Amino acid sequence: MSSPLATTTGSNPAPRGRGASSAPDRRDRAWYVDRAMQAVVFVGGISGIVAIIGIFVFIMREGFGFIVGPMDPVEFFTSIAWRPTSSNPTYGILALAAGTASVTGLAMLIAVPFSLGAAIYIGEFATGRTRETLKILVEMLAAIPSVVWGFIGLSIMNKLIIRVFDVPIGLNVLNAGVILGLMAAPIMTTIAEDALKAVPDTYREAAEAMGATRWQVVRHVVLPAAKNGLVAAVLLGVGRGFGETMAVLMASGHSINLPTSPFDSVRALTATIAAEMAETANGSEHYQALFTLGILLFAVTFVINLTADIVVRGRKA
Amino acid sequence: MAYHRSAASLTLLATMFAATLALSACGGAGNRTVIQNKGSDTLVNVAQAWAENYRAVNPDVAVAVTGGGSGTGISAMINATVDIANASRTMKDSELEAARANGIEPIEHIVGYDALAVFLHEDNPLSEITLPQLAGIYGDGGEIQSWSQLGVTVPGCDSDEIVVVSRQNNSGTYEYFQETVLGKDGDFRLGTNDLHGSKDVVDLVENTPCAIGYSGLAYAIPEVHMPCVVDTSGNCITPSSETAIDGSYPIARPLFMYTAGEPQGAVGDYLAWVLSAEGQCIIAEKGYAPAEPVDCG
Repeated sequence: MSSPLATTTGSNPAPRGRGASSAPDRRDRAWYVDRAMQAVVFVGGISGIVAIIGIFVFIMREGFGFIVGPMDPVEFFTSIAWRPTSSNPTYGILALAAGTASVTGLAMLIAVPFSLGAAIYIGEFATGRTRETLKILVEMLAAIPSVVWGFIGLSIMNKLIIRVFDVPIGLNVLNAGVILGLMAAPIMTTIAEDALKAVPDTYREAAEAMGATRWQVVRHVVLPAAKNGLVAAVLLGVGRGFGETMAVLMASGHSINLPTSPFDSVRALTATIAAEMAETANGSEHYQALFTLGILLFAVTFVINLTADIVVRGRKA
Repeated sequence: MAYHRSAASLTLLATMFAATLALSACGGAGNRTVIQNKGSDTLVNVAQAWAENYRAVNPDVAVAVTGGGSGTGISAMINATVDIANASRTMKDSELEAARANGIEPIEHIVGYDALAVFLHEDNPLSEITLPQLAGIYGDGGEIQSWSQLGVTVPGCDSDEIVVVSRQNNSGTYEYFQETVLGKDGDFRLGTNDLHGSKDVVDLVENTPCAIGYSGLAYAIPEVHMPCVVDTSGNCITPSSETAIDGSYPIARPLFMYTAGEPQGAVGDYLAWVLSAEGQCIIAEKGYAPAEPVDCG
């Protein structure tokens, strides 16, 4: 995740070509070790590509039968009736898509200001001990498993929301949005901080030499220079929220609804797959429809990640 | 970072592959009796738990459990490809005829009951509920959306709205509730909170004054309140193992194992163990009512 961002530093060392460390006429043990290690890291290097192609082929193969067969595209995208196990099954994903969008949207409303604030503080203001402690804490937040977040949503936040807002149920967009915001914030903070760190210190020194205050340096020099990296951080946070499953399944209420307020229960695309896949007969229409949801999710996250990547590279082009 | 992650997943794959090899190697060794057990998906989790626990009781017998549905299991039993068929319904007359034509007299064993309790928040004063009321709350196009329509005011539920808690649409519990309460072709309303697991249903109802939910009786906890359910003749029946066993509770069904003739040898021993206190406590633990009242501590 941080590798594309590293290229924004502009201070990258000269590229290290294959076998640059070994002279061409050597055939000793070190040469063979070098060759072997090159092969090993090559396999590691392409494994990501192999895996992603494999996943793509697999979900396409499983879901394709539904797309070309029983799927009614109009119903699929415009109906809220997701009734795959009814005697007269209907597959409408509008409510599921609205659920995912509302939860992710709210999560970003919460996470973006906090994580950008945290990144600016850690990167530009905090020093020494405070800075290190904060960084470790942010990373610890990222390490909490999503099922634990879901459990917090189900057992603590539900009760709290019912009591504070006096609503009938606390498993809703607000609950899932807050949980998801907290889950996405550490990643966004880390990436945004990387982007800020990538701005050369000479920029800051030049601004300070002209009498700018700390905030003026941040506001007028660092933030504009790191803009692309920050946008990428937000987009990757969106991707994280979009793909999150377990916590959303537990905290959103898992209810087919077009939300009109943050207090409505909703159901997310990912949660639907997670809840229904385990007990569905392999190859059935329902199974293929769930894979079609998977294809949709894959396409959307692909576009988000690609956009993030293009934004990051955009500055250099 | 992406590379790290793929390397980890490769290692995991390799480990799983090695584990599979090791397992299949073990399976080939030894000279064990294998009991084939197939059928109802409702019973498949319990059947697997029985099979696993039986390994400790009698290491020489392995029980192979597969699902596929009651009908699949029964027809496999008729064709003598399995030793025990699991079913969440009694055999149909056509199946009995087919079995007799094959020279098989199926024997029915009740191994437990699937009783669904209706759960309410402990402050909810509603003490009884009818099946038509449940259909009005859960069914597509149902008219009942507020507690005042049922004649109660629920403390802590100022909105009066009923929060309808259901299960994900492919659980056996969901299907059985659908069949019994909404009818074979009845649909649930959209907008129910479909939780993933019986325990989650009970947890949510415990913390949500406006909620109503259903789950296996075994998931009941003192912090939720269970109304009695009114049967067709107007009696209100409290859900319990006893009322499930005597058939009076309206949302309960027996769960069966069928054998071809009186079970002999290893199959007979296995069924006897399933019906023993140890086996019956396993079915109770899985969320069903045991065939006879049993004390599991």
